[in-house]
Amino acid sequence: MKIHEYQGKSVLAKFGVPVPKGLVAYTPDEARVHATTLGGGTVVVKAQIHAGGRGKGGGVKVVKGPDAAYEAAKAILGMTLVTYQTSPAGQYVSRVLVEEGLAMDREMYLGMVIDRSTQKTVLMVSQEGGVEIEKVAEETPEKIFKAFVHPTLGLQPYQARQLAFQLGLKGDEIKKAVSLMLKTYEAFVASDASLLEINPLVVTAAGDLIALDAKVNFDDNALYRHADIKEFRDLAEEDPLEIEASKYSLNYIKLDGTIGCMVNGAGLAMATMDIIKLAGGEPANFLDVGGGANAEQIKNAFRILMSDTSVKAVFINIFGGILRCDVLAQGVIAAVTDLGVRVPIVIRMEGTNVELGKQMLKDSGLNFTTADAMDEAAAKVVALARG
Amino acid sequence: MSVLIDKSTRLLVQGLTGREGTFHAKQAQAYGTNVVGGVTPGKGGTTHEGWPVFNTVADAVAATGANASVIFVPPPGGADAVMEAADAGLDLAVCITEGIPTLDMMKALSFMETRPHGKTMRLIGPNCPGLISAGRAKAGIIPGHICKEGRVGIVSKSGTLTYEAIHQLTRNGLGQTTCIGIGGDPLIGTSFIDALELFAQDSETEAVVMIGEIGGSAEEEAAAWIKAHFKKPVVGFIAGQTAPPGRRMGHAGAIIAGGKGTAAEKMAALTAAGVHVVKSPADIGAAMTQALRA
Repeated sequence: MKIHEYQGKSVLAKFGVPVPKGLVAYTPDEARVHATTLGGGTVVVKAQIHAGGRGKGGGVKVVKGPDAAYEAAKAILGMTLVTYQTSPAGQYVSRVLVEEGLAMDREMYLGMVIDRSTQKTVLMVSQEGGVEIEKVAEETPEKIFKAFVHPTLGLQPYQARQLAFQLGLKGDEIKKAVSLMLKTYEAFVASDASLLEINPLVVTAAGDLIALDAKVNFDDNALYRHADIKEFRDLAEEDPLEIEASKYSLNYIKLDGTIGCMVNGAGLAMATMDIIKLAGGEPANFLDVGGGANAEQIKNAFRILMSDTSVKAVFINIFGGILRCDVLAQGVIAAVTDLGVRVPIVIRMEGTNVELGKQMLKDSGLNFTTADAMDEAAAKVVALARG
Repeated sequence: MSVLIDKSTRLLVQGLTGREGTFHAKQAQAYGTNVVGGVTPGKGGTTHEGWPVFNTVADAVAATGANASVIFVPPPGGADAVMEAADAGLDLAVCITEGIPTLDMMKALSFMETRPHGKTMRLIGPNCPGLISAGRAKAGIIPGHICKEGRVGIVSKSGTLTYEAIHQLTRNGLGQTTCIGIGGDPLIGTSFIDALELFAQDSETEAVVMIGEIGGSAEEEAAAWIKAHFKKPVVGFIAGQTAPPGRRMGHAGAIIAGGKGTAAEKMAALTAAGVHVVKSPADIGAAMTQALRA
């Protein structure tokens, strides 16, 4: 799960990581009040969306005084921000973070992720802050320093110290950096984060280390034990169809094509998208109905597929293991009848009770196109989608 | 021969009394697997569908001589169940459970490395369909009737896509030795390389189908290992060639992050290692027929 910058900073602050003073505003008037509360001096007004690259898109403004904060918030709130991390359509901005302006000396990078190869949490730092870390990793990997953390013993002070020296920090800064890293690690583990980035991590003119930005993602599988983090979910950042699908435990991701897909299993669902593309079509979505889908779920899946108006044909690809083909056929027939589905449907099913399932589709009198192999089905559905 | 599981395996089911556990225990037994009992805390001393139920894995091992376990417990207890299996001295645990928190799994994997016995347990999964040795035994949810005894091994991150590969092989007259679903989570017990090492040592396995997907770098690591060590033909497919970056495609581990973990990179690495990479998932069976003929 992704959250906003201000929410990420509140998580860090809870564990004692220094962050700038800031307040969230939903209206320009609120932004003015917040700027006054923060002392009436320089403030930074930052668009809050779940994507990076906000500055380049015009979503961050450094201004002086409450009136200027009002104007900045007025300009940013309600804009549709397009960045390299948003969809091409962009993301609507409904809230801004108003933050105290700080005199900075240096910008650095700090990140934490789970490294799959070593199966450990890795803490990464770099002197190259405020830029895309992916670029640094690609072009100058020697400028990124890493510490691999023991899964149960946790980050040790010596590891943090080593990274602080590698960052070129001196004197008092070392102690502050060690403390910040240990607290950040604590926040990462205690909240079941899957990614945590402070970019930039700044050294202020006064010699303090502060998390000037915060990006935190959480492990969806662990949300059940974090009621407070679940509260951070912002439905406005998600696709309405994806929200609807999640209510029925359907794994749905909206894409830009015209062929709706209904598949059981994530790998087969991805492979189905791939074969549609190879056949010259474009998938409209990723949809995994899961291993044990029932008639009700299939109906809901159809409803969601059909609410995407760009869908011109549907490709159902099921390999029945636990999910029997006759149960699937029954669900599809009921859904198509109840919902009055009008687009062509190509069904490819294989596995348990496949002959019975096929017979049921045939006997239904409904207009299904069937296929035995995946490539044959893909060719058929692409042709039907073209009309 | 086969790898990991065969007629001599004495299989326990952790979570036997649950719906999934019961269903798949019966399926495994019907396939010829020696299912010796189950573990459900609090139900020790009872019997379920004819099998003895124990409170702990240690009790079950002492009473039945079990050497392997298949885990169907709900996600919050998944990592704990893996650690219990390891501590009881089992050789193999197959964790089907989907949705175990990553940090829980990290601790369990670390625990497995530092067990007091000095004996290591092989973990398959989590979030996987398990494994099946065609015509011999199975631990997990792979349907037995689509398999045929033969000489091709399968290692895959996916469930139903593995069934698809098995089906294509069987339809092409190619049987299987062992099919291993290693799982789609970021942290798993058995990697592609681990599975390939097992297949390298198995005289009966003549070729391997390897099915990867977007996310992480396990496929690239396997490619490097294949190039250096693996002599048998490999047919490879990577799912997610059309997946958008930054989106988690169903599996917790299937995500292109920071431009890394794309299908294109993985396919290029495997091709460079001499793997017969197919672009279409429909071509797996035919490509294997060709690879074995060459």
